[in-house]
Amino acid sequence: MDFGGINPAVLVASLMVASVPIMLAAIGELVVEKAGVLNLGVEGMMIMGAICGFITAVQTGSPVLGFVGGALGAAALALVFAVLTQVLQANQVATGLALTLFGLGLSSLMGQGYVGIKPPLTGQVPFGPLADIPVLGRIFFSHDPMVYLSIAIIAAVWAVLKFSRMGLILRAVGENHDAAHALGYKVTRIRILAILFGGAMAGLGGAYLSLVRVPQWTDGITAGAGWIALAIVVFASWKPWRVLVGAYLFGGISVLQLNLQAAGARIPVEYLSMSPYLITILVLVIMSSGKGRASMSAPAALGQNFHAAR
Amino acid sequence: MLILEKRPSPSRFWTYATPILAVALTMIAGGALFALLGKDPIVAIRTIFWDPLFGEFAFYLRGQLLVKAGPLILIAVGLSLGFRAGIWNIGAEGQYIIGAIFGAGVGLAVFPTESRWIFPVMIVAGAFGGWLWAMIPAILKTRFNTNEILVSLMLVYVAQTILSKAATGFLRNPQAMGFPGSRNFSSYPAARNVELISGTGMHWGVVAAFIAVIAAYVLLQRHILGFQIKLAGQAPRAARFAGVQPTRLVVMCMGISGALAGLAGMFEVTGPAGQISIDFASGYGFTAIIVAFLGRLNPVGILLAGLVMALTYVGGEMASTNLGLPSAAIQAFQGMLLFFLLAVDLLSNYRIRFLKGRAA
Amino acid sequence: MTSELLRIDDVTKAYPGVVANADVSFAISTGEIHALLGENGAGKSTLVKMIYGLVKPDSGTMLLHGQRYAPAQPSAARSAGVAMVFQHFSLFEALNVAENVALGMENPPPLRLLAKKIRAVSTEYGLPLDPTRRVGDLSAGERQRVEIVRCLLQDPKLLIMDEPTSVLTPQEVEILFQTLRQLSAEGTAILYISHKLEEIRALCDEATILRRGRVVGTCTPRDVQAREMAEMMVGAVLTPPARAARKDWGDAHAALEVSGLNADSPIQFGTSLKDISFSVQRGEVLGIAGVAGNGQDELLLALSGELRSAPGMVKCFGAPIGDTPPNARRAMGFVAAPEDRLGHAAAPDMSLVENALLSGAVRKTLTRKGFIDWPKTKVWAEEVVAQYDVRTPGTWVAARALSGGNLQKFLIGRELSQAPEVVIINQPTWGVDAAAAAFIRQEILNRAQEGAAVVVISQDLDDLLEVSDRFAALNEGRLTPTRPTEGLTVEEIGLMMGGAHGMEVAHHG
Repeated sequence: MDFGGINPAVLVASLMVASVPIMLAAIGELVVEKAGVLNLGVEGMMIMGAICGFITAVQTGSPVLGFVGGALGAAALALVFAVLTQVLQANQVATGLALTLFGLGLSSLMGQGYVGIKPPLTGQVPFGPLADIPVLGRIFFSHDPMVYLSIAIIAAVWAVLKFSRMGLILRAVGENHDAAHALGYKVTRIRILAILFGGAMAGLGGAYLSLVRVPQWTDGITAGAGWIALAIVVFASWKPWRVLVGAYLFGGISVLQLNLQAAGARIPVEYLSMSPYLITILVLVIMSSGKGRASMSAPAALGQNFHAAR
Repeated sequence: MLILEKRPSPSRFWTYATPILAVALTMIAGGALFALLGKDPIVAIRTIFWDPLFGEFAFYLRGQLLVKAGPLILIAVGLSLGFRAGIWNIGAEGQYIIGAIFGAGVGLAVFPTESRWIFPVMIVAGAFGGWLWAMIPAILKTRFNTNEILVSLMLVYVAQTILSKAATGFLRNPQAMGFPGSRNFSSYPAARNVELISGTGMHWGVVAAFIAVIAAYVLLQRHILGFQIKLAGQAPRAARFAGVQPTRLVVMCMGISGALAGLAGMFEVTGPAGQISIDFASGYGFTAIIVAFLGRLNPVGILLAGLVMALTYVGGEMASTNLGLPSAAIQAFQGMLLFFLLAVDLLSNYRIRFLKGRAA
Repeated sequence: MTSELLRIDDVTKAYPGVVANADVSFAISTGEIHALLGENGAGKSTLVKMIYGLVKPDSGTMLLHGQRYAPAQPSAARSAGVAMVFQHFSLFEALNVAENVALGMENPPPLRLLAKKIRAVSTEYGLPLDPTRRVGDLSAGERQRVEIVRCLLQDPKLLIMDEPTSVLTPQEVEILFQTLRQLSAEGTAILYISHKLEEIRALCDEATILRRGRVVGTCTPRDVQAREMAEMMVGAVLTPPARAARKDWGDAHAALEVSGLNADSPIQFGTSLKDISFSVQRGEVLGIAGVAGNGQDELLLALSGELRSAPGMVKCFGAPIGDTPPNARRAMGFVAAPEDRLGHAAAPDMSLVENALLSGAVRKTLTRKGFIDWPKTKVWAEEVVAQYDVRTPGTWVAARALSGGNLQKFLIGRELSQAPEVVIINQPTWGVDAAAAAFIRQEILNRAQEGAAVVVISQDLDDLLEVSDRFAALNEGRLTPTRPTEGLTVEEIGLMMGGAHGMEVAHHG
């Protein structure tokens, strides 16, 4: 049953796949921001993850190692950000931008010899006969492992933040780093760990792009996904499950507009390809001005550097 | 153990020394990077930094420096005002594009006029286009408190889409036999941005950049608005006490940076680039951010930083041709420069102390 | 049967430039409610920080249960059974009560169990708390309960409370007192820091009075009049100085008239202004007293123009200016000196010349068509430095490099030398040494003599008694009616500052 050439089951399934990179990057950034740090370098970390993951997968022949490599590569870049902002007291906005610019350049450099190569395939999770169920099988049971893993990570982050002591301390640090310090918690150390986690997640998201979604390496493969991930964190009001909704929404828009283009819909191509970005702006405006003022749910110490005065 | 101790007054010496230190560190780290890529680091660094100024083809390459530096300086000067006030216009690339489209569009609309007025009108149109594009995040910030970083950034992607529509659609050259891209301005004498002094690469855009540097210097040193910008960035509550109105400041800073970026785009499309094409936007809007910080948000500093950055572009192209160094290496190099600058920047406000044992 | 719990012997602590505590000795028994009394700057905070392990004494000993007691950090104090509720809370607004309590404990039980304990303990001591509520939604009094319950769950032997009632409504004060009496009956000793005389008389068994870092007396509050304690606190018998007769300028309107000023506080946790009315004539000084947190900052913001109100609420020589911004008011002759030196009155990283421009641009015409006349500004800044005895290598120095006293002299001088018509100053002499303080007060009097109307807001009674013609007190955003300073008794001052409200409850309680 198709609507103007678009099969809804296929649409939903491809929407889930399209959302994985931004979902992973967004949940990682959510943790970082919950700890009070604004890392604008998500785009740079994602693309580092994409190239590191690609290289590792091609060299080792294993997509799993590829994902690990992607996470580590991005985390290494995140470590630079962590040292600059937490130890050397650099401005968070400028450092995040530097991270993005450097990441884009370095990844392009590293990817020189890898254009046009096909990476080892990441197979689907074998659900056996379940995958053959009409409609539902296509939507729920025919995906590669990362789709399920990304949802599992969201669930894990939610659980840790809500129920565990570690999650509580992280939230406290992001709310009021002075009070947390006064109570004896190591603010700098916690923030560095959160930044590394954010980097690893962005790296996984980027690796997914180069290993599964495209699956190839090209310059600028992320095309702004990192920035959309930042917007999703705002859209989600820093709540993990809302990240899932936001990622599906944005993933859905980008998939829908591609499908509409392919199906020859009468809306000009340019408007369709602009739409994810325009909708992001719209969402940001609504969130910052509406009843649930986004500024109220933001961690209170977000973006402020912490310097323990002696 | 190492601790950071805040200085009583920001250190004058380090304020000037940090960019030099950052460049030096980048040369070392960049050299290491090149070595990893299998190129001789000394040769590579020499090709990038020395040859364009003093080497074999310097007489030609020196001219290229101004071509590259012009738009960088023009955009960076505008950005630096906002950055000083804590207003983060990250979408200069988009404002650059829209300015180019507006400027070129006005010119192409009256092709093939020979009126002397068309170029000045295009200048105004270019500035207006950039200003307009920057007003979107400005108004959203002042009315709805929406973060200007993300909005201005999203608009870059929108601008890029508009650019390809312009190149393949509404600004396409009707006599180009199906090839995308607008008319080339080199065949449009009244509207083109000529090289004023042959061999130096100095075109009107470069002149505009110098004017912008001087104007920004005067603004920051001698005008009350410049003082308010500095104050708002350093001590927001004191700024309110002094009577600064935040809304006015946001609109002014975003407006100026947008207009200057639009100007840069307009000068570029009618000069060095020549036409509206799909790949017209080369990232000047983002590199200008690095230039702004490297110049420590100071107009004269930005002038020098723009020239250094242009050096890396021109030298980088040489290195690419002669040594096979990929152009992406230069982008990574430029990003590293910003990193090192941010890292050593703390020296102007903090002293590093070594303490034996635990502090009491 | 009570025994001695804590003994402090000859404890001394000095910082560069100021001796915070000198040879302080006193003792508390188990179950005793002991007051630590004194004006701001008397040394109370430093003393309790030493007991709680935040600061190390330079000399002297402390004994807890007869054993040497020298905590290196707060967690050591907590393990020894000493708990403290600070004046400024360490709470996380976006988190709920149970989470906040858990964060303040060394080894908290799982949240479900903790929530039950919180409910039990809080109800038992008359401070009921819902563990699931967000702390951000709680009133100041309820937030204090969270801090107290956090302490109680660690089973303290000594509970230190630092100015606990400064943020409480009268009803909450009464509830707090009942809780403290219950704790005392169970054997927990309480060290109660305050300057509110009637509350101490109602609650405390013993009192130690500090002045300028030394113990100047001990007493049993119940047996003593409030006035005697006030005199010990403030020092000797107070006589407001004889004042030269005030010149009558014969104005039709008051220089500054505030009527029914109502304004919400723009500061988080702030106090909104409620129905404030007063007027000041040319040449007159009005002193407004009050403990921090009762609306002083908000009043300054409303008068300087950073906080706007309805036009008629603030009038200058009859003209309504309530909704005009700061520079418009400066043009009319209004100048204001905020309390916060670095960050509000001045930009810390800017030079003295730049900071002079910050507030003086309008009245000293330092700009022409928007362009700054730096030489003129520099000359003026140097004049201020010379006239106001500011010790600095030069005017190019950053504001943050100056000592507190010198910066204050510069900032007050900056405002006073603009030939103002109306001057508002918030805390003119805090953090300033005695000589500079005297200098500043004299300058305020001089300016009034020359015809300015001055409003001085201060926590320092010396300030107010020396310079003001009339006196009022700010309490929870409300202003008491103004009274001439001459003939004002110390008891009346103390009561006005402590809040007449509090007094009523204590009597009926």
